[in-house]
Amino acid sequence: MFTSNPFAALSASIPTVYMQGYIVVMFLLVMGGTILDMLHKKSAQYFFENAKKAKKSAKRSVGGGEKVAIATSVLVKEVLTSGEFDNPRRRLSHLLTMWGTIIFIVTTAIMIFSPSSTSTLLPQLWHIGALMLAVGGYWFWFFIRADVAAEGLSSFRLERADLFILSLLATSTFALIWSFTGGGLTVFFALFILSSTVLFGGVYWSKFAHMFFKPAAAFQKRVIMADGGRENLPPDYDLTDPEVQRKFPDVPTYMGKNPPNMGLCIKAERANHY
Amino acid sequence: MPTFVYMTRCDGCGECVDICPSDIMHIDKKLRRAYNIEPSMCWECYSCVKACPHQAIDVRGYADFAPLGHSVRVIRDEEKGTIAWRIKFRNGKKDMELLAPITTKPWGSATPDLAKVPAPSKEMRDSQLLFNEPKYIRMDDGGLHTLQSNGLEIKKGVQY
Repeated sequence: MFTSNPFAALSASIPTVYMQGYIVVMFLLVMGGTILDMLHKKSAQYFFENAKKAKKSAKRSVGGGEKVAIATSVLVKEVLTSGEFDNPRRRLSHLLTMWGTIIFIVTTAIMIFSPSSTSTLLPQLWHIGALMLAVGGYWFWFFIRADVAAEGLSSFRLERADLFILSLLATSTFALIWSFTGGGLTVFFALFILSSTVLFGGVYWSKFAHMFFKPAAAFQKRVIMADGGRENLPPDYDLTDPEVQRKFPDVPTYMGKNPPNMGLCIKAERANHY
Repeated sequence: MPTFVYMTRCDGCGECVDICPSDIMHIDKKLRRAYNIEPSMCWECYSCVKACPHQAIDVRGYADFAPLGHSVRVIRDEEKGTIAWRIKFRNGKKDMELLAPITTKPWGSATPDLAKVPAPSKEMRDSQLLFNEPKYIRMDDGGLHTLQSNGLEIKKGVQY
């Protein structure tokens, strides 16, 4: 089951060129939706205006090499490992959903564009990707969402902003059911195509576009920290630094010259309002 | 000085919702990011600003209190046990940095073990002194300090 390519069996009913055309149309819809979303929310405009404003309070300029190093750390921490999330449950759920989606979409495209491939690895990855997506997504939907976990609202309360996660979950769920029920032209295939069309066609109304502007925002945040502007935030003091101790004598007086790690305090507890 | 949230920084974790004593920090039902539902009811305690793990909450000063365009930002570092403030004026010329300890012992290590403390006697219960006074307030050199015992009296009017 896991090793069979469901699109290979489907090519008997639907010509491969139609499937390839569908992938291209979905790709164009994502691009178009992202551009429209950026124009509507003015997120790119905000990004550049904010960067300009932040530059005014910069204490030094960040060089090209340093920017490359910052971009690399953004790629490793924020993009590839979802390091922006402080909450480990949310981070794990996001990692499962994100990597599941990437594996699922990429393997779908490869299997459709190389129909003669007999690799068993690709179908396995396709199923694993869909499962990862479903596990991370349902975990998020039923347990981790802020309005469910912190606001105490019902898991079944729907908003337009839910279009992304729900269509994503529907796509992976119907894809798995379609594959496990033998593939072919079935009602599950219709639901799979319907949900994936909503997912990729609804970028303008959903938060799909966040995957494009979030890395840019993370990059800008790190540049602001590196150039000394720090968005007007106070510096990250080293309490053992004699210069810091001289400037703020209360610290060595009350805490000693080498203060211990005081522990997590409020951060030891997870936010759980209800 | 009501609070506001930088939406690009907030990840909707709910720490501010938890801590707000006025219960006005809520999660937006559509965007799932925190916001202040009633700025006029904000009592400027800075709890949410300090609790936010992403420094996504800032405070907007009223014009009669602080010059427009100023910035008062804070980072409370629980692990270091310090609080750092940075106050910057609109023209950028005044840029003050402050750092102060908020604990001298690791969190939770100085919690009194009340189960081991002997129960108060009837005499202690009937006394005007609170639990463990005068020991805890270090007034064991005599009775309570009052305005009268210190030769002081309350003056009428606003005192500066």
